[in-house]
Amino acid sequence: MKKLLLSVLVLLTIFAFISVAAGEEWAGADEQAEEAIKEINPNYEPWFSPVWEPPSGEIESFLFSLQAAIGALLIGYFLGYYRGAKHARNA
Amino acid sequence: MHIMEGFLPAEWCAAWYTFSIPVVVYGAWIVRKRIDANPGAKSLLAVAAGFVFVLSALKLPSVTGSCSHPTGTGVAVVLFGPAATAFISVIVLFYQALLLAHGGLTTLGANTASMGIIGPFAGWLVYKAIRRFGLKTAVFAAAAVADWVTYVVTSFQLALAFPANPSLAGVIESTMKFMAIFAVTQIPLALMEGVVAALLVSYLVEVREDVAEVVAA
Repeated sequence: MKKLLLSVLVLLTIFAFISVAAGEEWAGADEQAEEAIKEINPNYEPWFSPVWEPPSGEIESFLFSLQAAIGALLIGYFLGYYRGAKHARNA
Repeated sequence: MHIMEGFLPAEWCAAWYTFSIPVVVYGAWIVRKRIDANPGAKSLLAVAAGFVFVLSALKLPSVTGSCSHPTGTGVAVVLFGPAATAFISVIVLFYQALLLAHGGLTTLGANTASMGIIGPFAGWLVYKAIRRFGLKTAVFAAAAVADWVTYVVTSFQLALAFPANPSLAGVIESTMKFMAIFAVTQIPLALMEGVVAALLVSYLVEVREDVAEVVAA
């Protein structure tokens, strides 16, 4: 079962990367939505802008990876703890 | 991908805040109750929140030639139910709005409604409906549905605020337009998320007996 699930995961990942319509920009879907909004209502002006924006793309990716790292740390720490605790119970 | 700061007219921001705030408060209360009843739930909550943190930080390329990220709410909704998931989602959405200029403070209510409430609730319904066909299948479906419905709701929220013309047909037309951007991109990502969520929950059941009881029903 686990093998099947993992193979599905790998296939989907490959699919996502190769079924690429050539020459696309890999922009965020939210940027495309912005464009769609401008098409529907060319007069719309965003009425609020972010209170703080990452000063550069590097800092933005840093903060995104920090977010992922926090999550991965929580998951990894507790899965290891549960596994060890189970081991100790059975010993 | 959440609705960007300032890209939802003020009255819609207010409407979605009104919708979301009671659910988030109720969710916080549920979380409190679960932890009081069973202190062991605390670390499980951290794992569920961690899953949302990791998955919603991954902007993945998809078939449409654009990038989007999964939501990661499937594990939380299976372990803690939809209200608690709303509470967890707010934390992540707030982090992204404040530090990443991703989503926004004005659109926080709307984004909570889609990612934290309606998407996970749909996933939870699917989970309850097909739980008897096996845990992994049910978690896979719950996570994939929670992810995908999130973006269907996002499309609908944008369409309500930006109808192609002021009629029901205009709202439907705009929904289709935004769905083509969000929902199509999301299909492969939602399937991937379902697989990862199923693996995580089945591992949790393996190493923690009490989780087996939680996901039994």
